Amino acid sequence: MQEKKFMKGCEAVAEAAVRAGCRFYAGYPITPQNDVPEYFSRRMPQVGGVFLQGESEVASANMLLAAAASGTRAMTTSSSCGISLMSEAISWLAMHHLPAVIGNFQRGGPGIGSIQPSQQDYTQATKASGNGGFQMIVLAPSTLQEAADMTYEAFDLADKYSFPVLVLLDGFTGTMMEPVAMPEAKSDEEVAAIKASKTWVPRGREKDHTLHNITDGAPLQERNIREAEMYEAWKTTEVKWEEYLTEDAELIISGYGIAARIAKSVVNDLRKAGYKVGLIRPIRVNPFPAQAFEKLNYEKLRGILCTELSIPAQYAVDVRNVVHGRTPVGTALSSGGEIITADAIYEAAVEMYGKL
Amino acid sequence: MKTTLICAGFGGQGVMVAGQILCYTACETTDKFVTFFPSYGVEMRGGTANCYVVIGDEEIGAPMVNHVNNLMVFNTPSFEKFVDYLEPGGNLFINTSVVKERPTRTDINVIEVDAGTIAIELGSSKCLNLVMAGAFVGYTGVLPEENCVQTIFKKLGAKRPEMNPINEAAFRKGLEIGKAARK
Repeated sequence: MQEKKFMKGCEAVAEAAVRAGCRFYAGYPITPQNDVPEYFSRRMPQVGGVFLQGESEVASANMLLAAAASGTRAMTTSSSCGISLMSEAISWLAMHHLPAVIGNFQRGGPGIGSIQPSQQDYTQATKASGNGGFQMIVLAPSTLQEAADMTYEAFDLADKYSFPVLVLLDGFTGTMMEPVAMPEAKSDEEVAAIKASKTWVPRGREKDHTLHNITDGAPLQERNIREAEMYEAWKTTEVKWEEYLTEDAELIISGYGIAARIAKSVVNDLRKAGYKVGLIRPIRVNPFPAQAFEKLNYEKLRGILCTELSIPAQYAVDVRNVVHGRTPVGTALSSGGEIITADAIYEAAVEMYGKL
Repeated sequence: MKTTLICAGFGGQGVMVAGQILCYTACETTDKFVTFFPSYGVEMRGGTANCYVVIGDEEIGAPMVNHVNNLMVFNTPSFEKFVDYLEPGGNLFINTSVVKERPTRTDINVIEVDAGTIAIELGSSKCLNLVMAGAFVGYTGVLPEENCVQTIFKKLGAKRPEMNPINEAAFRKGLEIGKAARK
């Protein structure tokens, strides 16, 4: 680990990607993640990588697809409406079983929305980032240290399953600054070895290897059954969450990313005031950490308060599906670029908690 | 101990840089936790610009806060928007060259800094943000002053080394005002 450096979220993500061996980035400018392409445009030439500003999100995502097919560790990033434009290529990455990393710095929506932070793409990210019902592992950092570490890790996960991986950030995490200790940079030899290990890489006419689609029903079904088994296995092998002061908690506050970060400070404040409150924070939102909620003692629980930057709630739907009526599930929400305040979460928690 | 600060003004007044100088100093020269969150309109200049700085001894939760113990206002709209964000006993640093209004509330400390005028006298209106940052450090003592000066040399002097003397003078003038106001 190196010394901590005071960095912007976007820069931390881009630098971590380079250190993980990312040597191809294509993207199209959109606030609040413009510092990502800007950083890559400076950094990629220093490591012999490729930076390309596509003529659109659609083009950039398809460049990513091609780069991934070449075996190079590759990435694109965008924000909300830009990710929607990329969804075709993301679905194709899944179809072709290609490893790539995509970062979504969520902003207010729907449509072009606002340039301010939001968490309104949760359902899209975890359930349908394109047609065809594929899923991705979705990492949800809540600090800049996590943003760097998870971006780094995302490349390993992408290669492990030879599949696209999504880092689900938000405009807040992208634009804020915080000290970050960067992960170790992979050497040129390591980067080359990773690429060489991908023996499936299509090599054009010479070896008659090309990417191909499965267009017949029965073989496609077989393929999708195998994929479904992979998604199912993730639920035990790839699930990750954080529990904070849950042991004796009578109320659980739950959320991911920036909302969870704010919520954690609220848990501390509530504890000081005598409320037995804990936090459950998914570190990855897909696979969903159902285990975290299964192990709760529902007899003594007064409820679960979900907080997210989305109206209507999206994350809370997944929590309700797991909790299945065993305790009330409430919400503290903001949307459209408004950032939920610690006060709002505090008040909602006190109300839900009832008498001390 | 947690220090929360909003710096607010027009785009182009150096509001973000004022906040960043404090943050870089906290990150690179102390053991404190620190976060910086910028918020601005779509304009490069003349739009609203403000940043939230949190410096603390413990891990920081919300980097954007709606109660602060310190507020630096560079222009009148910022004064009007944020003055009620200040907690009782909080510190209000006013750039009096621009802001003619004064708070009606009496439960806060008001530190008047004629930053714009001082900056022009020093030779560059651009360094008014450093006068303000200096006043904040001088009054609160949250950060080691000499470390701030070094950060200014390192971050601002890298591109414009010829500005180092003016930048340093601006920050020191602010320090002086801040310290005098503390007594």
